[in-house]
Amino acid sequence: MKPGFLSRNPSVLTFLAVLAIFTLAVTFLSEAYGAGLVSTSMVKTLGKTLTLCLIAIAMDLIWGYTGILSLGHFAFFGLGGYMVGMWLMYARTREIVLSSAGGALPMTPQELQDAIATQIFGVVGTSELPAVWSFAGSLPAQLALVVLVPGILAFVFGWFAFKSRVTGVYLSILTQAMTLALSLYLFQNDSGLRGNNGLSGLQNIPGLDAVGQDALSVWFLWASALALALGYLLANFVVSGKFGSVIRGIRDDEARVRFLGYSVENYKLFVFTLTAIIAAIAGALYYPQAGIINPAEIAPIASIYLAVWVAIGGRGRLYGAVIGAAFVSLVSTWFTGGRAPDVPLGFYTIKWVDWWSVLLGLSFVLVTLFAPKGIAGIVDWVQGLRPPKRGGTPLGPDDGSLQEKEALE
Amino acid sequence: MSLLEVSGISVTFDGFRAINNLSFSIGPAELRAIIGPNGAGKTTFMDIVTGKTRPDEGKVLWGEKSVNLLKMNEAQIAQAGVGRKFQRPTVFEDQSVAENLMMALKAARSPWKVLFWRPAKPDHFRVEALAKEVGLGDQLDRKSGELSHGQKQWLEIGMLLAQEPRLLLVDEPAAGMTLAEREQTTALLVELSKSHAVVVVEHDMEFVRRLDCRVTVLHEGSVLAEGSLDHVTSNPQVIEVYLGR
Ligand SMILES: Nc1ncnc2c1ncn2[C@@H]1O[C@H](COP(=O)(O)OP(=O)(O)OP(=O)(O)O)[C@@H](O)[C@H]1O
Ligand SMILES: [Mg+2]
Repeated sequence: MKPGFLSRNPSVLTFLAVLAIFTLAVTFLSEAYGAGLVSTSMVKTLGKTLTLCLIAIAMDLIWGYTGILSLGHFAFFGLGGYMVGMWLMYARTREIVLSSAGGALPMTPQELQDAIATQIFGVVGTSELPAVWSFAGSLPAQLALVVLVPGILAFVFGWFAFKSRVTGVYLSILTQAMTLALSLYLFQNDSGLRGNNGLSGLQNIPGLDAVGQDALSVWFLWASALALALGYLLANFVVSGKFGSVIRGIRDDEARVRFLGYSVENYKLFVFTLTAIIAAIAGALYYPQAGIINPAEIAPIASIYLAVWVAIGGRGRLYGAVIGAAFVSLVSTWFTGGRAPDVPLGFYTIKWVDWWSVLLGLSFVLVTLFAPKGIAGIVDWVQGLRPPKRGGTPLGPDDGSLQEKEALE
Repeated sequence: MSLLEVSGISVTFDGFRAINNLSFSIGPAELRAIIGPNGAGKTTFMDIVTGKTRPDEGKVLWGEKSVNLLKMNEAQIAQAGVGRKFQRPTVFEDQSVAENLMMALKAARSPWKVLFWRPAKPDHFRVEALAKEVGLGDQLDRKSGELSHGQKQWLEIGMLLAQEPRLLLVDEPAAGMTLAEREQTTALLVELSKSHAVVVVEHDMEFVRRLDCRVTVLHEGSVLAEGSLDHVTSNPQVIEVYLGR
């Protein structure tokens, strides 16, 4: 008999079990469905963390497995958030407009749309609905755009970047430039997405007014957990077979992969687009839990943090990315949320709100230098696995898992 | 009728002419050795045929339909049936011997097809058979980074065979091999040349002698002499530039 998928992938089974137990535990401790030991805002934080784990999986696929250090995946995450946010804001505003019109004469569709537009775009001084909002009234259309807009952007960007064989640091800079350009564009008032105000009130789900935030937060936790589980299974499917071999080959020696007859550019384009879509779906789940999205979320620094999470968790294996994102983002929330106690040194007091970034940067440097496998390396250590004996020291982030001596040879 | 027809190619690196008006052709079932001093352009010649380096001028035609290889990229050329073994063994160190061979195995190469491709029984058998053929039958699960230099050479030869190319370009296969392994390699190459075109670059004269085939001598990027080993080694120019050092 052929062994089942799960028994051949014990780490997947472990992951799914841990995720399920976590989600159930939070549910039974939540205010809406359980003991009330976990506050609604904490449930939201945990739900958001799960979506960050999902984008970390995308980052691990593109960086840890394919060797492309993309510093732009949070742009796709943000775009996914904007796409779903447009529907949330439009449909919610329609509800408000309709109910405030009360018993007055029924409005024509045009009047209704104008009223909605005035409500939404008053802050940026217009009352006309921009063309990009054409589909905002339709949930299915906006959900399709969650996948299509970032997918097409990634495809077009990747097409030009990969076909002209931009690699390494140059590619990273290019992705960073794309992110910066997008965020600067969104900051403009005439971008059609409310400039630096961004989209807000996203936590209110149209049609679900009767459901309180305490229950909604648990629903979103479940949705995020489901998306993470599916994302993990998909990513595991992608990396487990020959496709995984090929992309790891591209990471380590792309020229060699070409001489085996694989078109490296098409593989990079495929993974780049796929991971952009995963990132967008993660973003579409994150922002309704955050309640607000603005262009600052897309700023290049976010994508750099993403790389830091994956590096600290352990790139090149999926659960490493998840551990890194969960651990670092939760610790980060704790430190920056002002809950970490200050450290008085007498002559100076360390305030974690200010010093957390320094600590994070330092950890990143230390992990890169002394524990390139990150937190997930502990698993190897426990299992007593040993890496192959190879000469030289590890190369930098762009040169994959080759060791210095091998690459120079 | 030749399988590969290279005519009048030249390539210049920063003003240095590495290949100078070189012509070369090989039939579909032929063994050919290329010898020449260091820097003669042997590896660069292979780089041009496999699409890694673009020549400044000249033609490279392939197969019955005389397809222009210069219009194709590395992956397309490999798919057309040109396989290559590198001078330094280049295998995927982070992956097992089986994974290396499976990746090389002749099959569809496009991302979608590869994504859904899962090895069937015959594929596993083929990988096992190939591993046995190159003496790595009991090393299938080992990371190839752990193999010795000679074993990596063999693995790369196995990967070359797995691709089932029509033309095999083999750059210094015997480096790092024991005497017995060298003999095994010559036997393999001779056997392959009964149904494939095989080009072997080698410095070791004993090795070339055992191949017992036509020899092309390269010097400063062009062909200095061509013929049997005895014929070229008695050529005074060849003696001067290569053998008489
Ligand atoms: N990419 C490159 N850029 C600049 N010069 C190059 C490049 N590739 C090769 N050369 C030069 O071209 C010449 C031919 O090199 P090639 O590697 O083809 O020699 P070879 O015959 O394979 O020598 P060996 O026996 O040492 O392997 C050498 O002088 C080399 O330095
Ligand atoms: Mg050479």
